[in-house]
Amino acid sequence: MAEMIAPTGDTAATAIERTAIAAETVGPPPTERIGALRWMRRNLFNSPFNSVLTLLALGLITYWGIGFFEWGILNAVWYTKDSNVCRQATGACWAVIVEKHRPMLFGLYPYEEHWRLVIALVVYLGTVSATLAPPFWKKQILVPMWIVSLAVMGTLMWGGIFGLTYVDASDWGGLPLTMVLFTGTLIFGFPIAILLALGRRSRLPAVKAISVTLIESMRGVPLITILFVAVNVFPLFLPEGMDINKMLRVVIGMAIFFACYQAEVIRGGLQAIPRGQYEAAEALGLSYWRMTYKIILPQALRICLPGIVNHIIAAFKNTSFVLIIGLFDILTATTSVMQDPLWRRYFVEAYLFVAAVYFIFCFALSKYSHQVERWLNEGRRF
Amino acid sequence: MANQAAARQAETAETVIQLADVNKWYGEFHALKDVSLTVKRGERVVVCGPSGSGKSTMIRCINRLEEHQRGSIVVDGIELTDNLKNIEAIRSEVGMVFQSFNLFPHLRVMDNLTLAPMWVRKMPKADAEEIAMEYLRRVRIPEQAYKFPGQLSGGQQQRVAIARALCMQPKIMLFDEPTSALDPEMIKEVLDVMIELAESGMTMIVVTHEMGFAKTVADTMVFMDAGEVVEIASPKVFFENPTSDRTKLFLSQILSH
Repeated sequence: MAEMIAPTGDTAATAIERTAIAAETVGPPPTERIGALRWMRRNLFNSPFNSVLTLLALGLITYWGIGFFEWGILNAVWYTKDSNVCRQATGACWAVIVEKHRPMLFGLYPYEEHWRLVIALVVYLGTVSATLAPPFWKKQILVPMWIVSLAVMGTLMWGGIFGLTYVDASDWGGLPLTMVLFTGTLIFGFPIAILLALGRRSRLPAVKAISVTLIESMRGVPLITILFVAVNVFPLFLPEGMDINKMLRVVIGMAIFFACYQAEVIRGGLQAIPRGQYEAAEALGLSYWRMTYKIILPQALRICLPGIVNHIIAAFKNTSFVLIIGLFDILTATTSVMQDPLWRRYFVEAYLFVAAVYFIFCFALSKYSHQVERWLNEGRRF
Repeated sequence: MANQAAARQAETAETVIQLADVNKWYGEFHALKDVSLTVKRGERVVVCGPSGSGKSTMIRCINRLEEHQRGSIVVDGIELTDNLKNIEAIRSEVGMVFQSFNLFPHLRVMDNLTLAPMWVRKMPKADAEEIAMEYLRRVRIPEQAYKFPGQLSGGQQQRVAIARALCMQPKIMLFDEPTSALDPEMIKEVLDVMIELAESGMTMIVVTHEMGFAKTVADTMVFMDAGEVVEIASPKVFFENPTSDRTKLFLSQILSH
């Protein structure tokens, strides 16, 4: 019997040893030397047609580059209190951003209280950054951290205690409003999305019917309609004297809209999980929810991560729809600031600034999701 | 010799699995036809037969991965019905090893092993890890504990899958063609582990085409064809003197090469 038992064979290790031996006798694989010239010849000038295209593209890039450089930097006005200075310049008027950045970033919020929003934004960005870092991925850290920072942000933005003047939520605006809407959409929307995705695959007919109906009806309606219903129609159905905060109604409307799209993305991930995973989990005696939480969702969410991030980015930009219900997010705030007759001709510069703010957040999100994929791929191959 | 002793012991032991006239259809297709089988504690049953004969379906009915439509299945004194509590109770007592391993690819080997003991048996993490390490030693790959399944060879993965099932300390082990997806040089390492397990007195039902393994460990051979149990016999009778013509044909095909 004893000689029948195979030695503790780590076949992976022996395979490495074997290649090591092979490497000694045959030599290392030929290393490719890629110089800049060689790279260019191979990728940019590998045929007459491609060479022409390359030169053409280079010409255009240079032309536009120089044009933007002259307008945006060389001839630009960086700082002035006087819009007439801009009028005389041939370049961009960045001074409009310096002049108007506070109402653009903070909307209708009382001017002398803006410091509260700055602190709130710093707290928010700090909390988010911490949340995204793996060392903080523990319930004991994340939950109290978010409770504390939400409390701090709420206190700062509403005020009414500690000698802070009260500011109604309808006066919130600018970047903080964008952040509130976005964060609220994710916090409410993501769990709903997961439940809807699971519900649509449920064997229970009622659960399935509810999920399908909600998803299909929400996806069939524009976001603007949902916001309009949440703000103007929904209160009509509430009993007399009962009122749900407008901000909350808007956030929940956006969250459900987000969830219905996200649910279909997650369902795609769920469908990619092999049957054997369910069977193995069931055979071990795991209950449905344990199996879903420990085995199925971690794999499914990983598979559809690019799609999930896609919708998160879309949700971030969708916050600008609140303009139709009279809330002033960063984009709407900028539009209204640009009504100022002295500065209104410099709207391009102002919108470029807003675009840059959106871009920074969206690009950071996208970069981060690539990093997450890299973490998840570490040491794994299927 | 050990086998005969075990067989004698099995004769007097209690029945742990009882299938009585079990029938199952997939749509119009009659997959199991009046299948009856009794397994005693400590008995090692090897099920063989051509593909599509219902062997896998039968053992998958025992832990309710498939639902039977007529007849009764009693496992360890509990009848399998729609009652979820009963199903979960039976599943935690019955370990299963699959043809395609079905390890959880996003969890390290150690977490694959401790998951069910911790969440189904409510075992503290340290205890679960201790037991997991012990079973990893028994399947001879303790050094792989902190790798991901995708980093292991097929044979190693199947041994992890066996260890994972054993960590629940089941009373019964089901094997559904455990070596069919393996490269030839890895089959032996898995069979060796299974032989050792058989010698430890585990109740086992093994669906396999490995007749050498069957001769070594089986107390009882079951031959199935077209959804029916054709023959149940001791290995000696089964291989040397089978009664059914279908069994003879099957054996001549499978043993000829």
